[in-house]
Amino acid sequence: MDKVINLQIWQLAAAYIFIVILLVIVKLKGIPREKEILISSARMTLQLILTGYILMYIFQNSNPVFTVIVIGVMEAFAIYNVFKRVKVKLSPKIKRIIAISMVLGTTSSLLYFIIVVINLSPWYDPRYFIPIAGMLIGNSMTGISLGVSRLVDGMTAQKHLIESALMLGATPKMAAKEIVDNAFDSAILPTINSMVGMGIVFLPGMMTGQILSGVSPVTAIEYQIAVMLGILGSVALTVILFVQLGYKTFFNEQQQLDIS
Amino acid sequence: MFQLEGVKYKNILDIKQLSIPANKITCIVGESGSGKTTLLKLLNKMISCSEGEIFYNNDAISTINSIELRRKVVMLPQVPAVFPGTVKENLLIGLKFSEKPAVNDEKLSAVLNMVQLNKPLDEDADKLSGGEKQRLALGRVILMDPEIFLLDEPSSALDEDTEQNIIEKLVHYIKETNKTLIMVTHSKKIARAYADNIIEIKNGRVLN
Ligand SMILES: Nc1ncnc2c1ncn2[C@@H]1O[C@H](COP(=O)(O)OP(=O)(O)O)[C@@H](O)[C@H]1O
Ligand SMILES: [Mg+2]
Repeated sequence: MDKVINLQIWQLAAAYIFIVILLVIVKLKGIPREKEILISSARMTLQLILTGYILMYIFQNSNPVFTVIVIGVMEAFAIYNVFKRVKVKLSPKIKRIIAISMVLGTTSSLLYFIIVVINLSPWYDPRYFIPIAGMLIGNSMTGISLGVSRLVDGMTAQKHLIESALMLGATPKMAAKEIVDNAFDSAILPTINSMVGMGIVFLPGMMTGQILSGVSPVTAIEYQIAVMLGILGSVALTVILFVQLGYKTFFNEQQQLDIS
Repeated sequence: MFQLEGVKYKNILDIKQLSIPANKITCIVGESGSGKTTLLKLLNKMISCSEGEIFYNNDAISTINSIELRRKVVMLPQVPAVFPGTVKENLLIGLKFSEKPAVNDEKLSAVLNMVQLNKPLDEDADKLSGGEKQRLALGRVILMDPEIFLLDEPSSALDEDTEQNIIEKLVHYIKETNKTLIMVTHSKKIARAYADNIIEIKNGRVLN
């Protein structure tokens, strides 16, 4: 196997010069975005350095407590991100459903993956557990965000049809079926599309990273396939849980529409 | 059939006492914003009263399962609902929602005839005009054959002749099958001609 090229400080500096050139162009064109570019580059650098050191520490001191804490932080961050990303107003009830679906959907997929597919031992080995958890949680977060927007928008926009269905004796489940199905479709579509283009249109990030760091492409692909299936499972499970529990928050116990 | 005792809904309706007879035609009249739609929605539990109680055949409706009640007491909303799909699918969707068996095309055509909607069953329902949608929605409710019809201004988008015609057929059907009709109407003429019982609402109160 080829030796991995370790980036030197001056090489990283060269990458920053790239950004400086970009800044000059932006400035010349009069696009008022220098501040955003600077802040986001600086933030990214700091976050990654910090994460790098934390991960190094955790990898060297493999311990189930650390692994669980890291997963907890990721989940909390992901759930908070969903709340922030969705532009519509969310009721406390639906926020609770989002959190429950994220935690149940991603942890059950993750455990299946770690225990059955990879057969990791010890199960909490952070070198595997943490990156895989990150990918499952990150993709599920994107999926559920789309699902939440679609569900809430659909329930509000189609309020009249739902109400009419109830007047005709429909159960809330029947009345909301179309919207629930739609929300599910649009939430998992990006994951399905990215699977279809994978390997042809683009090389997935994880695989690229592994290949760059010296792993054989075939090994990288084996992992990529397994991880993609895990991601699909996790996204689908999270979103199914969400839509199946989520639509109920729009109805009260008298089967009346309750949209404030 | 329905008995209202001290019913209040927010500050919109305030009805001390009201009874609506079975197997009769009751018309609800009153100016816009007086609370007619709100009253209908209370009767099939689309909303629940803030105070008081409504009895359906002597049972408090707060104790009746909402879905079961709505399958017997079917409401036609003021703005007709058109679901994505054909005329046929729109007619059948009421039976589907209330989990009743579907009917054949002959029956569907008969209903279209009754509401004077001369359109093929496979026509896209979204293309219909406002008045046609209203008749389609009425046809759907008739097909469900409920005990009680709650109709909210079922003929508001129709011209006077069509209105007269359809309401007459509907009234005939109700009498013949011994059903109950509770209908909000803006037309004093319709109310005078067909109602056995008229309820007039003003500012959320019943006048007599
Ligand atoms: N969901 C609601 N929340 C608050 N006010 C409402 C609601 N629905 C209707 N109203 C108000 O209640 C009053 C009666 O409405 P409605 O029953 O629709 O009158 P009508 O059918 O006689 O025209 C109106 O002033 C209306 O603005
Ligand atoms: Mg009204």
